[in-house]
Amino acid sequence: MDGNTQPEAAGTGQAAQFAGVHTEDLRVSFAAQEILKGITLDARCGEILSIIGPAGAGKTTYLRCLNRMLELDPDFRISGKVLLDGQSIYGRDVQVAALRRRVGMVFSVPIALPMTISQNLSFGLDLDRNERSRRNERIEMALRAAYLWDEVKDRLAEPARNLSGGQQQRLCLARALTLKPSVLLLDEPCSGLDPISTRRIEEALQELKKELAVILVTNNVKQAARASDRTAFFLFGELLEVDVTEKLFTTPRQQKTADYISGRFG
Amino acid sequence: MTNRARWVGSSLTALTALACVIIVAMVAIVIGNVVYHGADRLSWTFLSKAPEAGMTRGGIFPAIFGTAALVILMTIAVIPFGVATAVYMHEYAPRRSRMVHLVRLAIQNLAGVPAIVYGLFGLGFFIEFIGRGIDESLYGGRLVYGQPAIIWAALTMALLTLPTVVVATEEALRAIPQSYREVAYSLGATRWQMIRRVVLPQAVGGILTGGILAVSRGSGEVAPVMFTGAAYFLPDLPSRLHNQFMELGYHVYVMTTQSPDVEATKPILYTTVLVLLMLTFMLNFTAIMIRARIRRRLRYGR
Repeated sequence: MDGNTQPEAAGTGQAAQFAGVHTEDLRVSFAAQEILKGITLDARCGEILSIIGPAGAGKTTYLRCLNRMLELDPDFRISGKVLLDGQSIYGRDVQVAALRRRVGMVFSVPIALPMTISQNLSFGLDLDRNERSRRNERIEMALRAAYLWDEVKDRLAEPARNLSGGQQQRLCLARALTLKPSVLLLDEPCSGLDPISTRRIEEALQELKKELAVILVTNNVKQAARASDRTAFFLFGELLEVDVTEKLFTTPRQQKTADYISGRFG
Repeated sequence: MTNRARWVGSSLTALTALACVIIVAMVAIVIGNVVYHGADRLSWTFLSKAPEAGMTRGGIFPAIFGTAALVILMTIAVIPFGVATAVYMHEYAPRRSRMVHLVRLAIQNLAGVPAIVYGLFGLGFFIEFIGRGIDESLYGGRLVYGQPAIIWAALTMALLTLPTVVVATEEALRAIPQSYREVAYSLGATRWQMIRRVVLPQAVGGILTGGILAVSRGSGEVAPVMFTGAAYFLPDLPSRLHNQFMELGYHVYVMTTQSPDVEATKPILYTTVLVLLMLTFMLNFTAIMIRARIRRRLRYGR
């Protein structure tokens, strides 16, 4: 299997063939500075793609293009193609709010909204009239998927702030899952967590990838090696290398990749 | 050198402490004086009766009622308008927008306009222009809204307190972490849903603080209502928005300057001022209680 598989049906109209995200020549600039210099990369349903690279490589920027969060700051200029299940997400008729429901995101620090646990979980569901009725089953499903159900099932009416940091991050994961997204974006989700919480999230991801595409940005090279199927190495806004994780870590094609994963720079 | 530094240090301490003492003393003298001269006339009759015999006897109930009604109407007008302005400036307008810059400048200037100018503006704009317009188009030229009335006084007062509410609300919006907004967006909220479900509930405390400041300011100002709706004396309480009304601050002003018998009204005057102070404190206190209740209710959401 080649590192970067080409989606067969991308952009040709026969959409449903490719399940996942595909970006082609994705470029982002901020003022005069180029942050992403043409990234062509995909993440399929059924796999975990991790993105590693030193700070400033454009990992987070790339992630935020995929659910159109980057454009909340109008100073960013974005060009290139982003396809979700074969359809462009920057198309004219795309409703941004609806799109973001299909692309879940977990941020690098757990951000529990100042509400109860159950209000946090139902936040996304409550926004859509059609999904409100399924609230309870979805919440339970999401909590089980995030390995949090047993810990919070009797505490749903408590403020979310009462949870520990690790639990809050799993709550954030569950909150994104309530909407049944087809892609899950994780921006260094374990950067502030202890090893046990990290382990639980990684375990959850292994189960989750069966039904969706997971993109995991991480500063922890070991986490990428441990938890992902493929790994992409970003450097200064460029995709230097992407390959099956085992191959990238044992026989990287680029010297810089080898240097980074062995900790010689970055 | 060290001696000199020590001398400067201790004299500065003394001076700053003195400034504090003077302020406390001033407040104590003002309140003490009013309570000393006004307390013995304070009675249920005084609070519940209308003035009699050229305001030398009787009570001040119509003025209390009028002030409370004025402040309530003003609050109803100023809160939505002020909050909407702040929400637009902070949540909707593009960053570095020239327009927002201008609005902010205008609001700062609005805060510096003397109260009497508001009164004249209210007379010219609300009564002569809007009121007349309503009369022309709805009442066939009959004089209904084109004259001083409680609604115009309340709107003029709302204009006066608008900067307070806008600034307090903006402050509250600024204090909400950007990450909350991002989470809401990432879960598929539209901008309005994000504002409605995350921003406004979080800002409620600050908005109400602005409301409280507006209430304290509004219940004490006389100049804005002088030409726009407050009356010298009225036999009846206002029952319609286009009625005139009596107002405590204006009542004090009238009794001080236009009483037929200054010596006879003096005791009443003191008690009226005492009631005005008490009413202001009470309106403040009520607003603070409401805020505390809402905050408790909103601590975890609903």
